[in-house]
Amino acid sequence: MAEVLERVTKIIVDRLGVDESQVTLEASFKDDLGADSLDIVELVMELEDEFDMEISDEDAEKISTVGDAVNYINSKK
Amino acid sequence: MSLAGKTALVTGASRGIGREIALELASQGVNVAVNFAGSEAKASEVVDEIKQLGKDAFAIQCNVSDANAVAEMVKTTIDYFGRLDILVNNAGITKDNLLMRMKEEEWDQVININLKGVFLVTKAVTRQMMKQRNGRIINIASIVGVSGNPGQANYVAAKAGVIGLTKTTARELASRNITVNALAPGFITTDMTDTLPDHVRAEMLKQIPLARFGEAKDVAKAAAFLASDDAAYITGQTLHIDGGMVM
Repeated sequence: MAEVLERVTKIIVDRLGVDESQVTLEASFKDDLGADSLDIVELVMELEDEFDMEISDEDAEKISTVGDAVNYINSKK
Repeated sequence: MSLAGKTALVTGASRGIGREIALELASQGVNVAVNFAGSEAKASEVVDEIKQLGKDAFAIQCNVSDANAVAEMVKTTIDYFGRLDILVNNAGITKDNLLMRMKEEEWDQVININLKGVFLVTKAVTRQMMKQRNGRIINIASIVGVSGNPGQANYVAAKAGVIGLTKTTARELASRNITVNALAPGFITTDMTDTLPDHVRAEMLKQIPLARFGEAKDVAKAAAFLASDDAAYITGQTLHIDGGMVM
């Protein structure tokens, strides 16, 4: 869990240019981290690459917070 | 213009305007994936000509209206070149008929290849271009997509659709440094126009201020410009290559 969060956090910090302290499990990509819809598509793409998995569009739409992303990845591992 | 070392995928590149665009890009230093639907021999000729220019190329068969085939084609191209800088959506067909005589399948076939095909190939390359933070998408529309043309309801609807798709794609991808533009050729000398009767050709010429048909080269030069770094600040536009026919 911790390791997944760490890797996810790094991607979010790199991609969205936010401070690491802002990346909490409750943080919403759109509302708290300033991501637009294209940013979210890109984040999903990077998560797919990082964790070597495919995230379907339907599943991607349900990911709105950092915690959602981490839980999704853990559930697929 | 700075195109050296870039890579391109040109759909419908075995003949006509697509062929000329592939060759023009190659002559300016671009490696090219030469897509074709049916004419493998013609596509191989284009590949050979590109190799004679000292650039890399390969032919790849794909019906652009088939989403799975398109995804496969784009994957093969990116695997081969390692990146993809330029997409030219050129593949197109005509099935002309008066609206009241046009069959549903004539409508569907033209919309599927000429409009849906642009959507599918664009969608398939977007991921790579977004990652690169760089890309050029050039859609070959037609001047009739702006002006309308009797007997081509399906083709005109598709080409007008391509112009709208160009604008929306340009807006969606601008923040990722991907430009998307359309070219709208007028009467271009091709196998198709060569077979027209003289009186029809004469009528057509009357509508062209520059008083001549265009050459595929005229379109290819514009495509190469839009693909280059010199065109970095141009996006969402439709450039008419028509001798002034529609202003």
